[in-house]
Amino acid sequence: MNVLLGLGGSDESVKTLRRTIDRTKEVGDDLTVVIVDKPESKRSQDETHDLAAEHLEEAGLDDATVEKLEGDPGSALVDYAEQGEFDELVIGGGTLSPMGKIQLGPITEFVLLNAPTTVKLVR
Amino acid sequence: MVGSRQYPDEPSGPFPSPPTTVEDREGRSIEIRAPAAFAADALDDVVEMYVEFDPTDRAQGIPPTGEDRIRNWLETIAEDSVTVVAFHDGDAIGHAMLVPDSDDPEAIAEKSGIEWELAIFVLQAYQQAGIGTVLLENLLGHASDLGIRRVWLTVERWNNPAIALYERVGFESTGTESFEQEMAILLDN
Repeated sequence: MNVLLGLGGSDESVKTLRRTIDRTKEVGDDLTVVIVDKPESKRSQDETHDLAAEHLEEAGLDDATVEKLEGDPGSALVDYAEQGEFDELVIGGGTLSPMGKIQLGPITEFVLLNAPTTVKLVR
Repeated sequence: MVGSRQYPDEPSGPFPSPPTTVEDREGRSIEIRAPAAFAADALDDVVEMYVEFDPTDRAQGIPPTGEDRIRNWLETIAEDSVTVVAFHDGDAIGHAMLVPDSDDPEAIAEKSGIEWELAIFVLQAYQQAGIGTVLLENLLGHASDLGIRRVWLTVERWNNPAIALYERVGFESTGTESFEQEMAILLDN
């Protein structure tokens, strides 16, 4: 399967990256990683890019593409998914509030409602 | 420390404080209490209530299902929470609580400087009898007595009855919405 992984730069993103790399190795998927431009994130776009490249290299997935996307995160991600031949778009599956409520942000909502592919939310 | 969440300009209140006993619209006598120590005084009653809770009314993953997962969830948040419980004939039938949006013990003890997340659940057999409103008002009254000022919550955007209830007591939309609508209230004290 041809998988597109979208990352923001939160801790949740790092978890999503790890899980997706594990899954990719298990089933032999083709993986493309894109880092969206989310200025409010804990990590900068460059930091997240380098982190993703390091994790991929450690996992022996050196051939995976890692790219930075400009512009509105949700729309850039869906646009990229539309341009390529992807079977699945993977993103983080929400954060937990102090109460323990699952919260899905506006980027997740946009992707779920607009993506042409299957969308996977990683918890 | 206060985050970027937008609160109403005008404070709301005063609200009634527990303990109180009210008659609901079905004529049942409902007692509202604020246990001094949630973990020691009311946790078992509240776990029992959530075991009975119909999972079709869950919101955003809470309450969890199964006694162990329910107990684990409540124990995780109990220590620093502010809790109000509604009882009928000795059984917990409604529960409302605030959980601090901070890990700093000093800020949690001080209460007024931080934001608190609200959640409220009423057992299905006791819904639409006015208990939710009384429980909510008494939680806010109790919170105000303790010095809490900023309370926020999220509610599923299509849950119009809940949104109407929150608006009635003074919550306003913060402008942040996706699948969940975020709302906030500023308490008078």
